[in-house]
Amino acid sequence: MIAARLRLQRRDFTLDVDLQLPGQGVTALFGPSGCGKTTLLRALAGLERAAGRVALGNAVWQDDAQRRFTPPHQRPLGYVIQEAALFPHLSVQANLDYGRKRAGAQQGRGDSAPAQAFALDAVVALLGIGALMDRRPATLSGGERQRVAIARALATAPRLLLMDEPLAALDAPRKAEILPYLERLHRALALPIVYVTHAMDEVARLADHLVLLEAGRVRAAGPLAELLARPDLPLARQDDAGVVLSARVDSHDRAYGLTRVAFDGGALWVGETGAAPGDTVRARVLARDVSVARQPPLESSVLNVLPVVLETLQADHSTALLRLRLGPPAQDGAVPTWLLARITRRSAEALALQPGDALFAQVKGVALM
Amino acid sequence: MSDATWTVVRLTVELAALSTLLLLLLGTPLAWWLARTRSVFKPLVASLVAMPLVLPPTVLGFYLLLLMGPHGPVGQFTQWLGLGRLPFTFSGLVVASVIYSMPFVVQPLQQAFEAIPERMLEAAATLRAGPLDRFFTVALPLARPGLVTASVLGFAHTVGEFGVVLMIGGNIPGETRVLSVALFEHVEAAEFDQAHRLAAGMVVFALLVLVTLYVANRPPRDDQATFR
Repeated sequence: MIAARLRLQRRDFTLDVDLQLPGQGVTALFGPSGCGKTTLLRALAGLERAAGRVALGNAVWQDDAQRRFTPPHQRPLGYVIQEAALFPHLSVQANLDYGRKRAGAQQGRGDSAPAQAFALDAVVALLGIGALMDRRPATLSGGERQRVAIARALATAPRLLLMDEPLAALDAPRKAEILPYLERLHRALALPIVYVTHAMDEVARLADHLVLLEAGRVRAAGPLAELLARPDLPLARQDDAGVVLSARVDSHDRAYGLTRVAFDGGALWVGETGAAPGDTVRARVLARDVSVARQPPLESSVLNVLPVVLETLQADHSTALLRLRLGPPAQDGAVPTWLLARITRRSAEALALQPGDALFAQVKGVALM
Repeated sequence: MSDATWTVVRLTVELAALSTLLLLLLGTPLAWWLARTRSVFKPLVASLVAMPLVLPPTVLGFYLLLLMGPHGPVGQFTQWLGLGRLPFTFSGLVVASVIYSMPFVVQPLQQAFEAIPERMLEAAATLRAGPLDRFFTVALPLARPGLVTASVLGFAHTVGEFGVVLMIGGNIPGETRVLSVALFEHVEAAEFDQAHRLAAGMVVFALLVLVTLYVANRPPRDDQATFR
């Protein structure tokens, strides 16, 4: 568990947050430029001196009440920024060794809790940089540089990995090159990651937990699936609004090149994927790809038709945003699975939609990631 | 080369080498401070360091002479320490040279330090390097071109100084009679052959120094840049 209560006055905004972040998985700090997400990350690392308290589990890194402030170099964290910041005078190998040796020496003195021991070899293999060891940073591509920077941070065996828009400086192909490595990282390491980004596709692929920042304050924080399905948040008004379903591969229909993925409350047919039955995948369903009907469509080209219950309806001048519940109502605080649907207000009124209505959701597009 | 000439050259090189060493030891932390500080004293300190650039060397020499003389505060202090007086000694010349050449060492170093992106030092911090560690393993290596420039300029400028030497050191063979002063004396005495030898030597030296500087500060060749 990461606890952070931080306040920092800046000329253009005030950062004022009180956060409890899970001690595992990827937490995305998401928000527009200037909302304070980088400042918050820097304050977690101790690179920025905000007022308040920061603790990772039992280790208190900052507590102004006790006049305690651990400088960044004594915090067992890894930090990766946009521009990689590899040391240009050192080879890739020496860059990796730089933090690994120092972290090892610190642990040798026994002044920090036992960190997860990542074998450097495993990290190098995970990020696919084995062939680059003797190269200088200047000779690497942008994607290679970023992978080395991530490996360098992991080589210190951190207890927390902080990433500040690690993909923002890369073009689309380079970004596509790195994302799978980040996903592998996410799966292979039991290491909490705090990930700053303003790109929704990165959030949808990587995040388990989401913190929405607005003008230095926390607008909402919670599990990704819950926040994405909340029609009251600004996320839902964006063009790429939609939900992310945690699903598992059920079966393949090779004859038609389709795969069936199942989740709590239903199943969807998607384009055939390489994942084996039983694998967990993420399915992203955009609100604009979902329409509703009162009766199950009889003769339709849409493959995925799911029975749903309309929970809420929010209309503006021309569109209506529907929150649809899949499956039975949740019990004992469990979270149901939702879809969002964006339709025209005219259709909503023509169908006389009311919360509680049983409907059929037609899903025209699903992206597996 | 005559013995007298040899003594002059040796003394000059000793003075320049010792001064350069002291300049680097004192100038590097000063340049680092100037490059990083937000103190209100920064403009004042920077101006003091830069004074020798604008002051006539004789003005500097005059005041150093007063300060280090038997009645000056520095002179009183050195006498109290039992070191005697500094004017007209080799030690006095070293002190004067260090002050006089300071801007030539501090300014290139300061520029080199200022050019290091903050994110490099922060990266080092998040890789568990403490402040001193960051300075020696990241700042200094990245400021290498500035270090080379500072050393060469500091050395060459000390070799070439005249006014301050004359005011502080005088012209004592084996103690303060360095190349520039000896050259002046030869010309005064109409010994143009000797003067030529020293002057031509200086021209060649200056050229060698500058070529070395430009070669040393070429951007590094990327051995791995080509695909094999």
